[in-house]
Amino acid sequence: GSLTRAFAQQKLTQEDLLKFDAFGNVTLLHVTDIHGQLVPVYFREPTVNIGVGEAKGQPPHVTGADYLTRFGIAPKSAAAYALTDQDFTALAQSYGRIGGLDRLATVIGQVRAERGDKVLLLDGGDTWQGSLGANASKGQDMADCMALLKPDAMTGHWEFTYGEDRVKELIDKLGFSFLALNVRDTEWNEPVFDAFKMFDKGGVKVAVLGQAFPYTPVANPRWMIPKWSFGIREEEVRAQVEKARKAGAQLIVLLSHNGFDVDRKLAARVEGIDVILTGHTHDALPEPVKIGNTLLIASGSHGKFVSRLDLDVQGGVVKGFRYKLIPLFADVIKPDTAMSAAIGKARAPYAKDLARVVGQTESLLYRRGNFNGTFDDLICDALLKERDAEIALSPGFRWGTSVLPGAPITVEDIHNATAITYPQVYRLPMTGERLKEVLEDVADNLFNPDPYYQQGGDMVRCGGLSYAIDVSKPIGSRISDMTLLKTGKPLDPKREYTVAGWASVNEGTQGPPVWELVERYIAAQKTVRVAPNTRVKITGM
Amino acid sequence: AAFSVFGLGTGAQATPETAAAEIAKFAGGKAPVAGKITIELPEIAENGNTVPLAISVDAPMTEDDYVTDVLVLADGNPNPGVATFHFTPLSGKADASTRIRLATTQNIVVTAKTSKGAVYTASKLVKVTIGGCGG
Amino acid sequence: MADAPKIRVPKTAKKGEIVEIKTLMPHIMESGQRKDKDGKTIPRKIINKFVAEFNGKPVFSADMDPAIAANPYLQFNAKVNESGTFKFSWTDDDGTVTTSEQKIEVA
Ligand SMILES: [Mn+2]
Ligand SMILES: [Mn+2]
Repeated sequence: GSLTRAFAQQKLTQEDLLKFDAFGNVTLLHVTDIHGQLVPVYFREPTVNIGVGEAKGQPPHVTGADYLTRFGIAPKSAAAYALTDQDFTALAQSYGRIGGLDRLATVIGQVRAERGDKVLLLDGGDTWQGSLGANASKGQDMADCMALLKPDAMTGHWEFTYGEDRVKELIDKLGFSFLALNVRDTEWNEPVFDAFKMFDKGGVKVAVLGQAFPYTPVANPRWMIPKWSFGIREEEVRAQVEKARKAGAQLIVLLSHNGFDVDRKLAARVEGIDVILTGHTHDALPEPVKIGNTLLIASGSHGKFVSRLDLDVQGGVVKGFRYKLIPLFADVIKPDTAMSAAIGKARAPYAKDLARVVGQTESLLYRRGNFNGTFDDLICDALLKERDAEIALSPGFRWGTSVLPGAPITVEDIHNATAITYPQVYRLPMTGERLKEVLEDVADNLFNPDPYYQQGGDMVRCGGLSYAIDVSKPIGSRISDMTLLKTGKPLDPKREYTVAGWASVNEGTQGPPVWELVERYIAAQKTVRVAPNTRVKITGM
Repeated sequence: AAFSVFGLGTGAQATPETAAAEIAKFAGGKAPVAGKITIELPEIAENGNTVPLAISVDAPMTEDDYVTDVLVLADGNPNPGVATFHFTPLSGKADASTRIRLATTQNIVVTAKTSKGAVYTASKLVKVTIGGCGG
Repeated sequence: MADAPKIRVPKTAKKGEIVEIKTLMPHIMESGQRKDKDGKTIPRKIINKFVAEFNGKPVFSADMDPAIAANPYLQFNAKVNESGTFKFSWTDDDGTVTTSEQKIEVA
C-alpha cells in the first residue's frame, strides 16, 4: 500500500543509489536490451533460468531465493525487488516502477560531471524494438531519445527486424558508431559495419569491438536482411582483438549481444579481451563474472539498470576495477527535464492509444522465464479462442513488461508483449510428429550443452498442450508425454492438429496482427485470471 | 515459434561410415592426424542452401613443403562429397572459402594432404534448425 | 551461360605478395536430388570444376559436388612474383567451359 511505498522511498535516495567511490582512469557505462521502453516499467526477473553444460548452476542461472543468498541480498529489500522474482507483487507496490530514459539521463549526466573525459557510454542493442511507439515509428522514437544521451557506440539485434534499408537510414543519422564485427555481406563476404572504434579516455586508448546477435537471421526473419550474414565468428573476434592491440589499444572492450553463456565460452577461448559487456539474455548481475582475465558484465533489460565499471588501466593491463549495477528506481531518481520533454514528444502521437484500458487482470502478468509466463498463457488462450485452434504456439521472447494484479491492462501493456514487425497470427495444420520436432528443435536452441549451438530466446510457449521435458537429454529425446488438453489424449504423431501461432520467420505469413487479437480477447473477458502453469513438467536440471 | 524448411531433398543419406571410406581412399591408406586445419563454419546455419565455409591449413607453402589437396565431406547429406581443393606453391596460402548446401544437422569433415605425404583432418558440427524464437 | 562470372582481383601488388581472389559464377547448381511437381527427379547440372592459372601456371583448382551452393563462390589466394594474367575457367556438366581473364600489375 501507499504507507509501505512512502517508507520504501524514505529509505532509498538518489545519492545512495549513485554512491560510488570513483576508481582508476576509465569509466564504462553500459545499458542494453531496453526494448523500446522510454518510461519506467514493471519487469519481473525470471523464476526459472536453467543453465546446462558448464553454465549449470552458475550465474546468471541462479534465481529467486538462491540468487539472494548467493549475492548476499536481504529479502524484501530494494535490491531483492529489482533483481529477483521474490515477493514481486508486494515489493512492486512498495518500490514502484524502475527505468525510464529520463532517469537514465540523470545518472549519466552525474557520472559524466564527475568523471569528465574518462567516460564511455555503450549501448548493447535491442534498443529500438519492443513497444508500440518503437514499432509504429520503426525505431525512430528510440533513436531520437537515445541520441540525447550521446552514446559512444552501439550494436544490435532486434534493430535488424526493421530491414536493411531502415537500419542503414537510422545508423546514418546516429552520430555515433554502430559496431558489428560479425556481419558480412552474403555476396562477397565483406564486412558490413565497423568492427571496432578506438577512443581516448582518461589517457587510455580504449578499443570497443561490437558483436551483433549472431543468430539474427535464424531467430528472426532472414528475408528482412537477405544480404547480411551473421554468426559468432570466433576467429574474427580473435583477429579483431589482435588488430586492436596492434593499433595500440590498452583496453579491449567487447560490446556484445551474444548472450551470457556464449560470452562465457568466448572469454575462455579468445585471449586479450578485458571486458565483455554482455546482452541479449537480459541477465542482471550485481557483480562481474570473471573468466580468466576477462570481466563479464550483465546489465539487465528494459531500461531497469545502468552498469558503472571503473577501471584502473596501466600499461595496457587492468590493475583493478570497481563495479555497480545501478537500478533506476523511478520514484527515487529525479528525471532529467530535457529527456522527459523528448520522451513526451516521442510518445505524444500514440498517447491516446497507449493509455486506453482494455480490461483488468487479477493475476500478475509477466513473460520472462524459460517456460510459459502468465502473459504468454494469456496470449495462447487468445490464440486458441480467436483463431479456433486446438494448439497455440507463442514465441519465448525474453522481452515484455509485467502487469500487476488488480491493475488495468492497457494497449501499451499488450504492445509491450507483442510489438514486432512480423506480428501475423497464422493458423495451419501440423501433425503431432511435426509439433514434436518443433519443440525438440526449440529446446535444443535453449538447452544444447554447447552455448555456441544455442540461439534465440526461451522455450516456445504452448497453449492447449502439455508436455514433459528432460533438459539434460540430447536433441530428439528431451520432449515426451505431449498431451492435447482438450481431449486428455496423447498427441498422435500422424494426426493433424489446428495450430495458431505468431512471429513466423517465413515471408508472406498471413493473419491478423497478434495485438489486435489479444486486445479483442481481453476486452471480451473484461477481467483476466491466469492460473499458475502446470502444463510443462521439467526434469534433468 | 517460427519455422522454415530447406535442404537438398529427402531420401538416402550419407553416414559417418561412407565419409570415412572416402577419406581412406583420399588418404591412400595413411591414418589422418588431427590438427593443422582451421574450419570456419557457422555453428548454426542461417540458410541450409548456402552455408559459408572457409578452410585454412597451416603449412609453409614452399616448393618442397605445401598442401596439395583438401577434401571436404558432409556426413549427413545425400552424398558426402562437397569439394576437393587443389593447391600449389603459387597459392601462397592453403586457404579456400566457398558456400555449401546442408540438408540437415551434420559434421563437415576436412582432410588435407601435403607434398611431404602428411595427412591431417578436422571436423565441425553445423546445426540446421527449424525453429526460431528471438530474445 | 547468360550471366558472366564476377571476379575480384587486386589491380596491383608488390613482388612476392599474396593476393586474395574472389570469384562468383552465376549457375543454378541443380543437385540431381530435387524432384519436380510430377515427382520426377530433376537431372543434375552443376559446375564440376574450377581452375585458376597465372601466366599459364596452376595456382588453385576445385572439383565440386552438388553440395556446392548455387552461384558457386570461391575465395583463395595467389602469390604473385611478376606482372601477368590470371585465367579462370569453370566447367559445366554439359561440357561448356566458361573462361575469364584478369591482369595484375606487379611492381
Ligand atoms: Mn533483448
Ligand atoms: Mn537480443
